[in-house]
Amino acid sequence: MSSMPAKLIPVPVSGPEVDAKPRDVAVRLDGVTKRFGDAAALSEAWLQVSRGEFMTLLGPSGCGKTTLLNLIAGFLFPDNGEVFIDNALVTDVPTFQREIGIVFQNYALFPHMTVADNVAYGLKARGVARGEIAGRVADVLAMMKLTGLEDRKPRQLSGGQQQRVALARALVIRPKVLLLDEPFSALDKNLRGSMQVEVKEIQRKLGVTTIFVTHDQSEALSLSDRIAVISEGRIRQIGTPPEIYRRPADRFVASFIGEGSVLRARLDRIDEHLAVARVGTTQVTVPAAPLSGLSPGVLVDLFVRPEKLRLGAGDAAFEGVVSTAIYQGDRVDLHIDAPHAASTRVLMRIPCHEAVPQAGSRIAIAIGDTDATAFPVGE
Amino acid sequence: MRQRLSAHALRWSGRLVVLAILGFIVLPAVVVGIAAFNAKALLTFPPQQLSLRWFVNAFTYADFQTGFRNGLIVTLVSSSIALVVGAAFAFVLDRYDFATKRLLETLLLAPLVVPHFTVGLGFLILAAQVSMSRGYTVVVLCHVVLVLPFVLRSVYISLRNLNPKLELVASSLGARPTRVLFTVTLPLLAPGLFSGWLFAAILSFNEFTASLFVTGQKTQTLPVAMYNYVREYADPTMAALSVVFIVATATLLAFANMFLGLGKVLNVEHAR
Repeated sequence: MSSMPAKLIPVPVSGPEVDAKPRDVAVRLDGVTKRFGDAAALSEAWLQVSRGEFMTLLGPSGCGKTTLLNLIAGFLFPDNGEVFIDNALVTDVPTFQREIGIVFQNYALFPHMTVADNVAYGLKARGVARGEIAGRVADVLAMMKLTGLEDRKPRQLSGGQQQRVALARALVIRPKVLLLDEPFSALDKNLRGSMQVEVKEIQRKLGVTTIFVTHDQSEALSLSDRIAVISEGRIRQIGTPPEIYRRPADRFVASFIGEGSVLRARLDRIDEHLAVARVGTTQVTVPAAPLSGLSPGVLVDLFVRPEKLRLGAGDAAFEGVVSTAIYQGDRVDLHIDAPHAASTRVLMRIPCHEAVPQAGSRIAIAIGDTDATAFPVGE
Repeated sequence: MRQRLSAHALRWSGRLVVLAILGFIVLPAVVVGIAAFNAKALLTFPPQQLSLRWFVNAFTYADFQTGFRNGLIVTLVSSSIALVVGAAFAFVLDRYDFATKRLLETLLLAPLVVPHFTVGLGFLILAAQVSMSRGYTVVVLCHVVLVLPFVLRSVYISLRNLNPKLELVASSLGARPTRVLFTVTLPLLAPGLFSGWLFAAILSFNEFTASLFVTGQKTQTLPVAMYNYVREYADPTMAALSVVFIVATATLLAFANMFLGLGKVLNVEHAR
């Protein structure tokens, strides 16, 4: 039953990283702590962002992700630790010398300036020659599909256009790092999707190092090269979207990213890297790190994604009663009452073409062997 | 049908009430305005014959000329000082948190509570103590204190409406703090600064009660000169001056409206 998955990458949890070569590092935070009064908004944050990387800071509101962004921007200064941009120590360097570009949620365009003046602002502040300014502004406006709107005032633009201007203004100075502070939240849903694609394309084309703050986990999963999940002022996990989704480092990451259910399982075996948890007769391989210190025989909480559950026959791990079946177009979400559930309900996702069990019917459920995670029984 | 009739009646009576109120507001100005053109040396209404002689008198009367000049000097200097001081305090109140913040706020707005004659009397006593009474300095200082709350309010409201992220963006784009101040903060505050200054100037120019205490023969402002005139004469010169006042103020506001929009000047509409 428990065929070991071929590759299980150990996930780097918050801590000093040593993998990237120094010259490839665009932004580095070394044990940065920021307190407001007695409360630590951010404690001991270690982070390395590679050149050209799209790094997302993800977490619920008030988790410290914006504080982290403000520390990189120089809007705030840390109580402890150091900040590096392009391998230069900038911990005490004021914002205007850091060469960063920033786009805020409501764009913060200068309302008294035209589009062209907004975009030219950073170049003028740098003392770039007038002829060069005109050329660079025209280029970036063309790239952002804003040509023809040069003389408009921000209030004469749509939300999407304002966003493009804000992005153009940040990019035209060729920043060492581009900071995006929830830039898509103010857009309506359709526009948001197309802007996300566009931003991602431009980011890749220009190769600009980007740090993106969001509370929207699906946005983070779809855009990022890597994600740093933050909660209560601590970086919980740093990893690629698949790593974060498939191998969450702790309970918070597991429940904050994606959907899933918690099953009561028994720990069968624990090795250096892998452990085996059992539900009924089904054995599931999970990473050992979150369970370190536990011995076989104890109960653990098993986090499983809804698409990893399926209707079982002889291989069923547990049984449950369908409480609700919700049609989603391409799939059906089943909410199941099961005695094995440690969460209130078990969520299971099956393709539409399968026979859908009716609400109230008793079904047998099998668990896929991969991509589950177990944690010590809930705090 | 009955309902319709009552709705009808209500609508018309409502309009009448509004008209009556509006009429009542402008009535004094209209009466005075018409009385100004009376040919006789009497403040009667309506006038029998029309003439412009009281306007000539208003413009040529020596005390009014010096009063106007004094008033202009005092107004320009005091409202400008009040603008700088008030704006500085507004910045402090908006940007910093400190233990005595509420106390400072109360003190700065106190002249709204203290009667003008108290302020005037206080300055008179103080000025006599340091023997600088009857000079421009004491008049200007007195006016600064009186108009400061209005400037402070106006600038403070503008600062509150200023999106702090604009300054952050500017600095991220490489602008030094002074550049941010002159290219972002001040241009966006300009309507608030200007409206604060304008209200201070109008208040200062019209101020009478405190000015009566602190001005002397040489420094008397126009309202004080008018008061002294009324004590001796009862001809329509006052009415003529009133017309001049109204026309001048209206022109000023019209210009302000033309260049900045009255909404912004009055701070009722907020530029974002």
